[in-house]
Amino acid sequence: MIAAHYPALQIALPLIAAPLCVLLRRGTWAWLVTVAVSWTALYVSVQLLLQVLASGPISYELGGWAAPWGIEYRVDSVNAFVLLIVSGISAISAPYAYKSVIHEIPEHQHYLFYSAYLLCLTGLLGIVITGDAFNVFVFLEISSLSSYVLISLGKDRKAVTAAYQYLVMGTIGATFFLIGVGLIYAMTGTLNMADIANRIDQVQNTRTVLAAFAFITVGLGLKLALFPLHLWLPNAYAYAPSVVTVFLAATATKVAIYTMLRFVFTLFGTDFALDVTLLAEFLMALALVGVFAASITAIFQNNIKRMLAYSSVAQVGYMMLGVSFFSVTGLTGGIVHLFNHAMMKGALFMALGAIFFRVGSVHIDRIRGLGKQMPFTMFAFVIGGLSLIGIPLTVGFISKWYLILAALERGWWPIAGLVLLSSLLAIVYVWRVVEVAYFRDPPTNHPKVTEAPLSLLVPTWILVLANIYFGVDTTLTVGVADTAAKVLLGLGQ
Amino acid sequence: MTASALAHSVPPGLVMLIGALLIPLFRGHIRSAYMLALPVIGLLQLLLLDSGTHLSVQTLGLQLDLLRVDQLSLVFGYIFHIAAFVSVIYALHVNDATQHVSGLTYAGAATGALFAGDLVTLFVYWELTAVTSVFLIFARRTPSAYRAGMRYLVIQVGSGVLLLTGIILHHIDTGSIAFDHLGLGSPATAIILVAFGIKAAFPLLHNWLQDAYPEATVTGTVFLSAFTTKLAIYALTRGYAGTEILVWIGVTMTAFPIFYAVIENDLRRVLAYSLNNQLGFMVTGIGIGTDMAINGTVAHAFSHILYKALLFMSMGAVLHRVGTIKGSELGGLYKSMPWTAAFCIVGAASISAFPLFSGFISKALIITAAAENGYFISWLILLFASAGVFHHSGIKIPYFAFFAHDSGKRCAEAPWNMLVAMGIAAAFCIGIGVYPAPLYEILPFQVDFAPYTPTHVLTQLQLLLFSALAFAVLIRYGVYPPELRSTNLDVDWLYRRLGPTLIKRVVAWIDHSARLLKEDTKGQLKDFVDGVTRHHGPEGAMARTWPTGATVLWVAILLGAFLIASFYA
Repeated sequence: MIAAHYPALQIALPLIAAPLCVLLRRGTWAWLVTVAVSWTALYVSVQLLLQVLASGPISYELGGWAAPWGIEYRVDSVNAFVLLIVSGISAISAPYAYKSVIHEIPEHQHYLFYSAYLLCLTGLLGIVITGDAFNVFVFLEISSLSSYVLISLGKDRKAVTAAYQYLVMGTIGATFFLIGVGLIYAMTGTLNMADIANRIDQVQNTRTVLAAFAFITVGLGLKLALFPLHLWLPNAYAYAPSVVTVFLAATATKVAIYTMLRFVFTLFGTDFALDVTLLAEFLMALALVGVFAASITAIFQNNIKRMLAYSSVAQVGYMMLGVSFFSVTGLTGGIVHLFNHAMMKGALFMALGAIFFRVGSVHIDRIRGLGKQMPFTMFAFVIGGLSLIGIPLTVGFISKWYLILAALERGWWPIAGLVLLSSLLAIVYVWRVVEVAYFRDPPTNHPKVTEAPLSLLVPTWILVLANIYFGVDTTLTVGVADTAAKVLLGLGQ
Repeated sequence: MTASALAHSVPPGLVMLIGALLIPLFRGHIRSAYMLALPVIGLLQLLLLDSGTHLSVQTLGLQLDLLRVDQLSLVFGYIFHIAAFVSVIYALHVNDATQHVSGLTYAGAATGALFAGDLVTLFVYWELTAVTSVFLIFARRTPSAYRAGMRYLVIQVGSGVLLLTGIILHHIDTGSIAFDHLGLGSPATAIILVAFGIKAAFPLLHNWLQDAYPEATVTGTVFLSAFTTKLAIYALTRGYAGTEILVWIGVTMTAFPIFYAVIENDLRRVLAYSLNNQLGFMVTGIGIGTDMAINGTVAHAFSHILYKALLFMSMGAVLHRVGTIKGSELGGLYKSMPWTAAFCIVGAASISAFPLFSGFISKALIITAAAENGYFISWLILLFASAGVFHHSGIKIPYFAFFAHDSGKRCAEAPWNMLVAMGIAAAFCIGIGVYPAPLYEILPFQVDFAPYTPTHVLTQLQLLLFSALAFAVLIRYGVYPPELRSTNLDVDWLYRRLGPTLIKRVVAWIDHSARLLKEDTKGQLKDFVDGVTRHHGPEGAMARTWPTGATVLWVAILLGAFLIASFYA
C-alpha cells in the first residue's frame, strides 16, 4: 500500500535525494536525480490532491506515533493545492536548470547546487504538508538556509551580499515565528496544529496569545515579503542564478503565505483574528500601499529581473488583499492568485533566464531588438506580461476578477477602483520592456544573438500556455481555491 | 462538416485574430497573398451566417454568448472586413511583420466584439483591440510615438477597466450580462456609457484620438481610423439607442473639433479632428434613436470608414513620399502625385457630403431624422458642422497638400499598392453615393427614404457653395488663420502638463516640509531612528546593507503598532 504513505514520500524523496547528489559528485547525474525526484514529487502531490478531493483530509502519523505526541502530516484541500504548485514548478524548472546552471555556475559546484535545490524543495514541501507547528519552523529553516546558498551562487558578486542580507532578515523573520510558536506552546501545552486549534479558545483572551499572534504574523510577513518587510526580496531575486529566481519567485513567498493562512485561520481562528486583533485592517492597508509603492518602483528599474522582483512584491499585495477581506470570494481570489502568480512569474523569469543565457545581461538596454533575434523568448515574455497585467484569457484576469468581486461584495468601491488602477501601472512597466525589445534596433557594439535552446524554451512555453489554459478553463484552479477558502473559513468539509 | 456549419461554429473575427499570428511564418508574395486571404475568408464566413444564430459557452459561472448574429452586427462586420482588406493592400509594401500582425489581430478583435452577445465577451475583445493596436503607433519608432502610444494604451485599457467595473455592477444589479439595450437607468450603465464614450471620443474624453492617430505609422493610421471608434459607435447603438443626452453630446462633438481643425497644421491631425466631428453625427443619430436615425448612424459609419480611410491613405501617401505632413511645408503636389490628389478629392467630396458621393446619402438620414423629431437646435448645429466639415476636410486638406502655393517639392507618385487601395475605397465612395440601394438594403431597419430629392440636393449644394465662398474670400484677403508650427492646447493639457506640474509642486512642497521638520526636530526622533539604524546597519562603505537595518526597524514598528492597536481595539 504505497498510496497510504504518499504524505511521507512527498518529503522523504527529495530529502534523501539531496545527500545522494553530494555522493554522486557529478553535475549531470545530480541533475538527473533532481528531475526524477521533482517529477515523482509532482505525481505524488497530484495523487494527494485527488485523494483529498475524493475523500476529505488525510492524516498521516509519522513513524506511527499518534497525533498530539508524534508529528502529524495533514493534507487538506488547502495545502494539497499548494503542494501541487510547489512540486509543479519544481518539475518544470528542473529540466530548465540543466543548461542554465552550466552557463551560470562553475562546474565543480553543480552537484552542490542540485543538492541545495533539493533541500530547498524538501523544506518548502515540508512547511506545507506538516501538521505540527514546530515542524513548520524546522522546514522553514531547511528551505531558508538552502535558499541562501542557492542565491549566493549567482554570477554577479552582489549575489553574496544579497544572500547575506536575506540571511539576516530571514533569520529575524524565522525567530519571530519561533517566539510566537513558543508562546503558543506555553499557553496550550501542545504543538500539534489541530490540537492547538481546539485548545486556544480557552486562552484566547490573554495577552500572551495576542503577542504570539503578532510575532507569528509579523515574522511570516517578513518571509512572504509583505510591504514594507520586502526589502530582502528585490536583491535576492535580481542576483540569484536564473533558475533559482524562477523557483523561489514561484514558490517561496507562496509557501509563506500558505503558512500565514494556516496559522491565522486554522490555529487562531477567524473570530479571534477579526474580533480581537486588527489583522484585517493592517493587512488591507499594507497590501494596498504595497501594490502601489512596489509597482511604481518597478517602473523605474532598469534591471528587468529587479523590476519583476518589485512586481512580485506588488503581487503579494494582491494576495494579501484577497486574504484581508475574510470572505469566501476574497480568499478564493487570494489562493487562486497563489497559483496564477506562480504561473506568470515562472514564465516571465524563465524567459528572462533564456535572455540572460544568450545575452549575458537583463539590463533594459541590452534587450533592444530582441523581438527579432529571440522571437519565441520575447513572445513568451509578452504573454507572461499580459497575464501579469490581467488581460482577459490569461490567469491574471481570473485573479483580478475575484479580487474585484470580493471588494464589490463588501460594497468597498474604492478598493475595487484601486485594484483596477494598479493594473494600469503594470501595463507601464511591462510595455516598457516590450517596446524596447520590439521597436529599438539591437545594440551595434555587441555580437548578434540567436534564439535560446529548446531545453530553456520548452519549459518556458509550458508555463506560458498554462497561463492561457488556466485563464480559460478555471475548473481546477478556482474550484480547488473555492473549496480551500471554505475549509479555511470553517464552512466546508 | 459543411461550410455553413463551420461558419456557425467559429466566432467571426477569430479568422483574422488567430490567422494573423501566423504571418511571420511567411515571406514575400506568399505573405501578401496570405494577408489578403484572411479578410476575404472572414467576409465569406459572414455571408454564410444566418441572423439569430447563437454560440454559448459556460465559464466563471457565467453563460458567455460568443456568437450573436443580427443585422446590426452584420453591417458593421461587412465594413470592418472591407476596411481590413483595403488597409492590408495599402500596407503591402511594408516589410515589418509586427505591423501586419498588429493590424490584422486588431481588426479581428474589433470584429469579434461586434458579434459578442454578452458584456464579458465584449470586454475581452474590447481590451484586445487596445493591446493589439498600440503596436501600430509604437512601430513609428520615434520617442514621441512611444510616449503617445503609452498614453493611448493607458487610456484605452482604462476604458476597458471602466467597462469591466460597469459590467460587474450591472451583473450585481440585474443578474444579467446580456449585451442588449442598456439605457441610462443605473450607476452601472452610466459607467458603461463612459467606457464606451472614451472609445467613441466623447468631448473631453476625446484627446487620445488626436494625440495618437497622427503619431502612428503611415499604414497604421489607416487601420486605426477604421476600427476603434466605430466599434464604440456600434456598442452605443446597441446599448444606448434613444438616450437623449447623446444628442447633445453628439452635436457638441460635431461642432467643437472644427475650430481646432481649422488652425491645426499637421494634416493627419486635421483628419483626426474631422474624424471626431464625423463621430458626432453618428452619436447624434444614436441619441435620436428612431429607426431612421439608427439607419443613418449605421449607414454613416459604413461610408465614413471608407472615405476617412481614403483621406488618411492619401495623406499617408504624401507623408510616405515627402516625409512631412505639415500644411505649411506642402503645396503643389498635384503635379507629382496626380492620382493621389484625385483620390483625395473623392474622399474630400464624400466627407463633405457632395451629392453623388457616399457621405451625402448617409448623413442626410441623420439630419433629416433630427429635423423630423423636433431637434431644431441640434439640426442647426449639424448644418453648421456640415459646412465646417466641408471647410476643413473638403477644401483645406486637398488645397494645402496638393495645390496652394507650390512648395517646390517633387516626388514620385505613391506606390502601386497604395494607389490600388485608394482606388478601391474611392470606387466604394462613388458607388455608394450614386447607387445607395444595396447599402440601404442591409441596414438594420426598413429604409423609407429617398436621398435624391430636389430639396435635399439643393439645400446641401447651397451649404457647400457658401462654405466654399467663405474659404475663397478668407484666402483671397489673406485673413485665413495661418497654419502655425504649434501644438493646439486641448484638454490633454490637463494630464500632459498640469498633472505632472502639480505633482512636481506637491513633491517639492513635501520635500521642503520634510527638510524643515528634519532641521526642527533634530532631537529625540532622529536620534532614535539613527540609533536603530546605527545598531543594525553597518556604516560607511557597507552602506549597501542598510536595508537590513531598515527591515529591522519596520519589523519593530509593525510589531509594536499591531500589538498596541490590538490591545486598545
